[in-house]
Amino acid sequence: MINKSVQPSSNHKSYALPAVLPDEHLEVVSGWGESTRGMSYVYRPSTLEALAKVFEIAAQSGRSMAMRGGGNSYGDAFMNNENIVLDVRRMNRVLEWNPENGRIRVEPGLSLHELWQYVIEDGWWPPVVTGTSKTTIGGCAGMNVHGKNAWRKGTIGEHILEFDLMLPSGEIITCSPTENSDIFHAAIGGMGLLGCFTSLTLKMTRIYSGFLQVHTQAQADLSSMFDYFHAYVDESDYIVGWMDAFAHGRALGRGDVHRAYYLPEGDDPNPSQSLRLDNQHVPENLMGIVPKSIMWLGMRPFMNNAGTQLINMAKYYAGHVGGGKVYLQTHAAFHFLLDYVPHWKKAYGPGGLIQYQPFIPKENAQNAFADILRVSQHFDQPNYLTVFKRHRPDSFLLSHALDGFSMAMDFRVTRGNQSKLLKLTRELDEIVLAANGRFYFAKDSTVRPEVAEAYLGKEAINQFRALKARCDPHNMLQNNLWRRVFGNEPV
Amino acid sequence: MTKNTTLISKPLQPVQRAIVVGASSGIGAALVGELANRGYIVAALARREAELNALCAALNAPAPGAARVLPYVHDVTETAVIPALFQRIVQDLGGLDLIVYVAGVQPAVALEEYDLDKDKAMIDVNLIGAIAWLNQAAVRFARARHGHIVGISSIAGDRGRVGSPVYNSSKAGLNTYLEALRNRLAKKRVTVTTIKPGFVDTILLANAPKTFWVISPEEAAQQIGAAIQQKRHVVYVPARWGLVGLVIRHIPSFIFRRLSF
Repeated sequence: MINKSVQPSSNHKSYALPAVLPDEHLEVVSGWGESTRGMSYVYRPSTLEALAKVFEIAAQSGRSMAMRGGGNSYGDAFMNNENIVLDVRRMNRVLEWNPENGRIRVEPGLSLHELWQYVIEDGWWPPVVTGTSKTTIGGCAGMNVHGKNAWRKGTIGEHILEFDLMLPSGEIITCSPTENSDIFHAAIGGMGLLGCFTSLTLKMTRIYSGFLQVHTQAQADLSSMFDYFHAYVDESDYIVGWMDAFAHGRALGRGDVHRAYYLPEGDDPNPSQSLRLDNQHVPENLMGIVPKSIMWLGMRPFMNNAGTQLINMAKYYAGHVGGGKVYLQTHAAFHFLLDYVPHWKKAYGPGGLIQYQPFIPKENAQNAFADILRVSQHFDQPNYLTVFKRHRPDSFLLSHALDGFSMAMDFRVTRGNQSKLLKLTRELDEIVLAANGRFYFAKDSTVRPEVAEAYLGKEAINQFRALKARCDPHNMLQNNLWRRVFGNEPV
Repeated sequence: MTKNTTLISKPLQPVQRAIVVGASSGIGAALVGELANRGYIVAALARREAELNALCAALNAPAPGAARVLPYVHDVTETAVIPALFQRIVQDLGGLDLIVYVAGVQPAVALEEYDLDKDKAMIDVNLIGAIAWLNQAAVRFARARHGHIVGISSIAGDRGRVGSPVYNSSKAGLNTYLEALRNRLAKKRVTVTTIKPGFVDTILLANAPKTFWVISPEEAAQQIGAAIQQKRHVVYVPARWGLVGLVIRHIPSFIFRRLSF
């Protein structure tokens, strides 16, 4: 597997030489936003024995090791430059499924796509899903993701009943809210820094139709956006806002809101049909003509300030004209908007994109978001896609969740705007911290150590470090984000 | 287990990382400073530990705590350790964008001298060492579809002359090797630059019989730095040697045989 360590014959006291890792494992690894890239030795084990072997290889070669699921974190959370990346996607089996009570035990590499396809015909749907179905369950747990029902169902960690975690020593421990509960609450959202999930047990949500009832409504400004959320969060099952970040003055924060409801039992006259897999599929062609796989090419010319301003405006007025519509949409089509145009991120060009997603307590959110929109416009760096959601707090150690709102903003990165963008995020950080806001590592590219300490608190970070030292005494588990935010020295 | 302290990488704040092989004096040492000034994090390799540490200390002094230059003691004739050392350095740097092979020796060789030990030393350091290091870089850069390989050759590689048959051969071999790498890697978006200095005021010059147009190592490094930035392919340093090279390469053999240099 790896060559024996070679030591120089002359006297090299200053450094030790690791065992050589084979070049065929060397791959370019970049965050989903493709604004940052590096090379790593990527291993994709499919069995527990092979997984344990990768830990051994890391130890012998003096490399650190990061966990990668579907690779959908926008920034550097699964990157590990010049060290090992453990990609769990080949560990993707369903281990147990009980269609009576909705409990499912899966391996970490099972994708959300595979999961919902597996359970839907039995009348179940994952309790929390991301905007893309390419995420894996292990990755979702490691980043503690949320969906468009985050204020109602919380983060995915709240639906994990139990998981098994392999530590760098090869030992496997079982964690649940009652067993090893400290590790349970740190490993969920812990970015794979405590160990590698080997199985996870989740509880699915019962559904009585393959459709959701969806309502759309255009909102003329930020305050009507907030009013609408306040009016409907108690009754909706899902709610998500989209904003035109180019709108300014009185129209600041205008956009569309989509809210959706599960159909109660009996409403769908033929659930056995609507729950069928084939009826959940998203069409492969745009208007039956343009293959979706090349649609991003058509978006490319619009991915500049003027072009996206036009698109955002058109989208807003389209929503305005068709506002107040009610229709039925399949679960898959409603949730996985990001999969609708494959490779759409390529439209951003070679520099890629970053996402900046602050979470702000409800009492401060409206003012803070107005400030954030104004400051990014002032920097002439308006965000091209802005998504607005409602959240509730959870009990995980490195959590982003709080009782409030989040605004996810996509910024295009070019060679020329990196330092300006960095300066912008520094200013936005101040607004977010002043409003007692938080950040989300799955989306992050810019959090600094002092910012993380301010919103997570020294105590939570120290608790996490202590648990990490217990699970991973040699500090083998690292990633670029961990080194950037928490330092590269052993704890 | 090896202590693992890969340098921190930050999105939106890309840093260029370079390896300079043969950094304890002359062009190599000057080039380490030049690249550090251009914003690179540089791994500096040299055989002579004291000189290397002094160089790194001087370059890192302005910003303590944020090392720009990392020293590695290494003898390029120890080719067996190169794969592991290459991986170790790139792991420490957190990536690699540029490698410059500078190491070179030119012992004094008399006009009628045929000394295999001296000849082998030149081939080992000037050519085999370069191949051992740059092969490593070529594999990695091809996989990354990114990177820049630079070999410091010499105008002496353009023709075989009476004064230094094997030095000329080592540099001619290096030129051809670099050309072949360039042709192999062009499709992989990897740049390969051959630098051909004329007379540079270094210890190698001590054994050169007649010199003119001598420039300092710092001037040479500055011009090499510019050539790297411009992603040039073959560059004479300073540029006027290009004209000399052109003439020398075209002198017919029946005349060249009669020349005394």
